[in-house]
Amino acid sequence: MTTLRRYLAERLAAAVVTLLGVSLIVFLMVRVLPGDPARVIAGVLASEEEVGRLRSQLELDRSLPVQYGSFLLRLARGNLGVSARTSEPVTREVLGRLPRTVELAVVSSAIATAIGIAAGVAAAACPYSIVDYLLSVVTLSGVSMPVYWLGLVLIIVFAIDLNWLPAAGAEEPASIVLPALTLGAFSMALIARMTRSSVLEVLGQDYVRTARAKGLAERAVLWRHALGNALVPIITAVGLQFGALLGGAVLTESVFGWPGLGLLLIDSIFARDYPVVQGIVLTFSALFTLTNLLVDLLYAYVDPRIHYG
Amino acid sequence: MSIRVSITAERSGARHRPRWPYGLRSWRRFRRHRAATAGLLLLLALSGLALAAPALTPEDPEGQDLGRALAPASRLHPLGTDHLGRDLLARLLYGGRLSLLIGFLAVGLGLAVGVPLGAISGFRGGVTDLIIQRFADVLLSFPGFLLALSLVSVLGVGLQNVVIAVGVGAIPSFIRLVRGSVLSIRQQTYVEAAAAIGQRQRTIIFCHVLPNAIAPVIVQATLNLGSAILVAAGLGFLGLGVQPPTPEWGTMLGEGRQYIFRTPALTTYPGLAIFLAVLGFNLFGDGLRDALDPRMGTR
Repeated sequence: MTTLRRYLAERLAAAVVTLLGVSLIVFLMVRVLPGDPARVIAGVLASEEEVGRLRSQLELDRSLPVQYGSFLLRLARGNLGVSARTSEPVTREVLGRLPRTVELAVVSSAIATAIGIAAGVAAAACPYSIVDYLLSVVTLSGVSMPVYWLGLVLIIVFAIDLNWLPAAGAEEPASIVLPALTLGAFSMALIARMTRSSVLEVLGQDYVRTARAKGLAERAVLWRHALGNALVPIITAVGLQFGALLGGAVLTESVFGWPGLGLLLIDSIFARDYPVVQGIVLTFSALFTLTNLLVDLLYAYVDPRIHYG
Repeated sequence: MSIRVSITAERSGARHRPRWPYGLRSWRRFRRHRAATAGLLLLLALSGLALAAPALTPEDPEGQDLGRALAPASRLHPLGTDHLGRDLLARLLYGGRLSLLIGFLAVGLGLAVGVPLGAISGFRGGVTDLIIQRFADVLLSFPGFLLALSLVSVLGVGLQNVVIAVGVGAIPSFIRLVRGSVLSIRQQTYVEAAAAIGQRQRTIIFCHVLPNAIAPVIVQATLNLGSAILVAAGLGFLGLGVQPPTPEWGTMLGEGRQYIFRTPALTTYPGLAIFLAVLGFNLFGDGLRDALDPRMGTR
């Protein structure tokens, strides 16, 4: 247990260092802009007074270490600055859009997990059969498919040709179906591949042979014994994919006009609203790092076979 | 002196895996991998089409003619034309050159920075290792597409900046991979022998350790090529990549989405091209992994 505690403490410390590194990169984003960052952010039409006000607001006239220290202090208070476009606090803008992105990621993750695990188990149940090869083709296509293209294809088929689902927006409950399928396709393929290899590995174990020898139905062997023992790496993959889905939502939200954080990021990049860009990048990276940390900690907690030296 | 060490290195490896038969075995394994062969053929076909673009179509990929905008497929324009009357086939063929080039340059950048950093990290250990690993952690904590997007938002659009933005994202995977290989290789007798005869650390890393860690790097680079093309095309799709009128698959897809209701072909063909290129690299990479080291195979 002491070893486990030490491992957890080390992982926590590493996550804090990583987040500090991320904050440094995000902080430097604005400072390395070509030319006068205040002018770039304010725009060519802004007056000298406005540029000067922005410069002092962003503390660009102070030394870099002082600027970074003050940036960290503001972050610790949950202050991400003020939007150059709307003059609203960035934290409010981010928190206003974040639930939409989380909603999309949760639905995508649920679809990807359900279909991915079912497909992976089906392939492992009859390895090297036609079902298995078909699944290989589908999963390989899933990891090779550009999400932005898949999204457009789904719009053409289900929104334009069949007219079953809305093509864009988030007004109706059904609006989430196409974006969630698009965003989840990559994770679905990865989870199916991971499930197949994990279940196949477990199916070769002695206790599975024993379960079969005592006459247990194949379905029970597969779902209770094989999948039950193969779940740890699968849960890890699902958790890691959830973090990746949050970041991957940028393109999907852009394709479907889904009003989440990703769409706000793209709009802010085009509007050169760097405080908002910084706030969103920081939020995504922090969520990603924390999700990965949580998965690691859960992994250490649920699997006593793993030794942490 | 270094020649003697190299001979020792070869001999110590030769006892179990003679160099040429190993290469021959790998090639045979690769040829037996049908999916990998299909991937290689797919890549050769796409590269061939892109390189032979001037011979395959007389059309100028940037030549506009608003009078024939959004024209359907015809004998003159086999895939039709886009919203500015440019020939879609010509843009697709010439666009392939740029999309594939961006992939190779970005992965080249990832290799050029990531491999030496990974080697130094694994070989030197201690504080150097800690700093390099935290650097890799920080880069890896930008989920997926976000790092390239953040870099482009600062650097600006255009070919060079896209290559940098995508290439930086490839660095941490090479750091991690090479560090792992180096950690196991540096325990080998031939590395200890090189150190014992007083060879410099740099010589040991670059002449003895890295050449023996290269197989997984080649596999990773191949798989990264697919991801690099995906990310670069994603930037182009959002309008943050290579700028029009230069043809590039992602940019073409982004331009075509506005006409998705009227002319779906404008999005179908560039998307299909990106998909086939990424699929080709994934199939080829999987096959290479199985051929170079069957123990690394996933299926």
